[in-house]
Formats: sequence, structure tokens, C-alpha cells
Amino acid sequence: MAARRVVVTGLGIISPVGNTVAEAWQNICAGRTGIRTIERFDPAGYPVRFGGEVRGFDVGCYLAAKEARKADPFIHYGIAAAVDALRDAELEITDDNAGRIGACLGSGIGGLFSIENAQQAFFKGGPRKISPFYVPSAIINMLSGNLAILLGIKGPNFAIVSACATGTHTIGQAGRVIAYGDADVMFAGGAEFATTPTGLGGFAAARALSMRNEDPAHASRPWDRDRDGFVLGDGAGVLMLEELEHAKRRGARIHAELVGFGMSADAYHMTLPSQDGEGAQRAMVNALRDARLNCNEIDYINAHGTSTPAGDRVECDAIKSVFGDHAAEKLAVSSTKSMTGHLLGAAGGVEAIFSILALRDQLAPPTINLDHPDDDLDLNFVPHKARELSIDVVLSNSFGFGGTNASVIFRRLV
Amino acid sequence: MSSVEERVGKIIVEQLGVKEEEVTPEASFVDDLGADSLDTVELVMALEEEFECEIPDEEAERITTVQQAIDYINQHLEQ
Repeated sequence: MAARRVVVTGLGIISPVGNTVAEAWQNICAGRTGIRTIERFDPAGYPVRFGGEVRGFDVGCYLAAKEARKADPFIHYGIAAAVDALRDAELEITDDNAGRIGACLGSGIGGLFSIENAQQAFFKGGPRKISPFYVPSAIINMLSGNLAILLGIKGPNFAIVSACATGTHTIGQAGRVIAYGDADVMFAGGAEFATTPTGLGGFAAARALSMRNEDPAHASRPWDRDRDGFVLGDGAGVLMLEELEHAKRRGARIHAELVGFGMSADAYHMTLPSQDGEGAQRAMVNALRDARLNCNEIDYINAHGTSTPAGDRVECDAIKSVFGDHAAEKLAVSSTKSMTGHLLGAAGGVEAIFSILALRDQLAPPTINLDHPDDDLDLNFVPHKARELSIDVVLSNSFGFGGTNASVIFRRLV
Repeated sequence: MSSVEERVGKIIVEQLGVKEEEVTPEASFVDDLGADSLDTVELVMALEEEFECEIPDEEAERITTVQQAIDYINQHLEQ
């Protein structure tokens, strides 16, 4: 079967570095961080007291107050990013096309904030004090579900949950839904709101987070010798994917083509990556094979690059193994998590968008805080400042707890 | 202290996202104010919270209009 081609026609972002695509990208290219001390609750007494919170976001611009009250903030962020992606794509939803438009949006954790609130109500007043909206406000597929209700889109509707690889998995799978012919348009991406008391406390307990409380702006420092863990971030990144001919017929602006998707599992450890990066390598190799591209055709990689001691090293080794001489000579690799922190299930969505914007602007975004690259971590990491670069093809990596790996490849439409 | 009517009205406006003038005594939560079955469950919970009482499920099912809610609270407060 000649596969239908899939392109990206809409982008939407809610993030620690901005709540529009334009603002977020401007901050990323300027190397401005969104990491600060936690403001939504008093983090005194927590081992980690900073993160990448979303600021200045008004859910009222997207949902009526009555509806917003029935959804966790992760859903608010996801709905907002999806609605912005739709506006960017300028697609009109009609009775005729509604059945061919779907959503595959995910989250790493989902409605943690709502779960915490329900638990508190339960402790205070027993089971009768649990809201009837507790479950539907918290479960992960309600982002896709609420979006369908809001927009009236009646095509395939589901969620993917694969920790920090969620966003990337949704893009790849939603692309395949279109390629296979089940839909013409799919919303794909992820949303997360995990800077809650148990979220922040839980990741700190797992010894996953940076402890640089005295200097949050410099805490996320991928591949730097002084890195000490990732920084928790909130937000959403949603792409509107569309079948190529469908997009052409309506004269849509096409940001990029989705040309490759690869998946793999480490089968090694709950939270640690396999020591030689073998799982990550296979995800990238599978994506290259799917795209029918040679490794030397990739110009830029938006790395998973979370700023953890083990993860950064393994990803660097994996890229060297897959890309060989090309990695040493020409390939640019950066981590925008150095500015956004780690948005978990939303990371793949947000980073796919930054990858596509790198293509559009011929500009590799920087890895900030990379003052002293660690021993043997010697790729072209675009330290400190964005760099103009000829970019035709980009790859974005996401790896998650459980040893789940995913890579996607976008190309300028030719 | 606001009257029972005012306090009930305020809760209905907040919970159901309706305008104050829509909350007339005879208004039905489902038919006139756009509530679904889960909205009415949460509305009763909010009334319990506001008036520090417990409304049994079988009683709650009979509260379908604004006036019925006000009457129930008034009777309860008298007791």
C-alpha cells in the first residue's frame, strides 16, 4: 500500500517559557529559562523547591468556568494547546469532515492535582465528599475526550501513556492513523501538570530531580559536568497532523512533513536507561528506517537531554553509535529542556514543535548552562547560543521511565 | 448574614455557571439551568458544605428546582 503522507499544519504550546508558539520560540532562541522557585504552593520543607510552572495562563480563554472546574489543569493546558493548533491550521470543522478528525493526546501522569484534592476531601469527610467529577477530571484520555466534545470532532479518539515518551508516541501513532486511512486530521501531543506537592515530592524521592535550590535558573544543564538531575516542568505541546493532499486541497500552510517514527524498549530497569543506550539506538534506527533516510541526512536532533547524570551520557553514546562520523562532524544536537525543564508527557509535543521551528527558521536552538561539557560528552550541543544552520531534516528523541523509547523525524516538505 | 435564598442562589450560579437572573424559584436544575445528573450531585454536595448538613440521597433526588432546594434547607435549619 502506498502510504498516505502526513504533514504538520498546526502548532500550539503552553509552557514555562511562554503560552504561545511565538513567545515560547522567541525565548528558546534567546536562551531564556522558564525555571523558577515554585509559586503555586509553598514548597518550604520539600527537598526540591523549584520547577517550570506555567505562568499567566487563563483557562477562561478556552473553556467556560463550569467546564473548566470539571477538568484537571493538565487538561486545561492540553485543550488550550490543541485549540491554538487548530487556529494556527485555520481548519474549519464541519458536519462533513468531523468524522475524519481525531485526537491522540496523552499525559505521563494525568490528573495528579485532582487526585490529591479528592484524597484530601476523602480524609476530611469520607467517601460522600468525593466529587462526582473526580474520576472524569483526572483520567488521561479525558484530554482527547474533552477536546472532541469542545470541537465536535468525531474521528479516532484515544490517549497514549508512556511516561516521558508519551508526546512522541502520540505523534508517531496519530501519524499512522492518518497514513492508514482512519482519519484525515489528528491532534497529537501531550499535557502535564506534575509540579504538585506529591509530584514534586515523588520525583525528588526517586532521586530524579536537580537539587540546585539556590540557583534554579542554572539547574537544568544537560551534558554539563555539574548536572545533578532534571527539573520538573508543566505545560502542553500539540500538533495538528493532516494528510498531505487534504492539506493541499484547502491551501493550508504546511510546517513540515512527518516522515519517520521509531519505537523500542530497554527491557532493563524501571528508571535507569540501559547502560550502552542500546534501546535509544534502536528507536533512532527504527525511525530512520521508517523515513527511508540515511543517518547523515539528519541535520539537527532535539535530544531527550534531561540533565540527569546517567541519561545524558547514555543518549550521547547512543547518538554516537547511530550517527558515527556524522555526529562528530556536522550533526547539531541540543536540549531545549535546559530552558523548559522536563515536561514529562508533554515534552515530546513541545520538543517536536521546537524541532519544526528549527526547520522553519534554519536555526538550531541552544543548550543553555552547558558551561563545562562532561568527559566524553563531546557532540555539537549548540551551547549557550542558538546557531544558524542549514536544516532540512530533524529528529526528536523521547525516553521514559519503564525503558520506553520513541523518535520522530520531520522534513521540510519537498 | 445573607438569607438562605441568597446563599442557595450564589451556589447555583457558581456550580452551574448560570446568570443570577436565571435562578428563579421555579427554575429546574436540569430543564432550565443546563445541569446534568453529575452536576446535580455536585450541587447537593455544595449545599451540604455551605449549610453544614447532610442531605440523604433519597431526599436529594427530590430536590429538582431552586425553590425545593431553598425549602429543604429552611426545614433543615428549623430542625
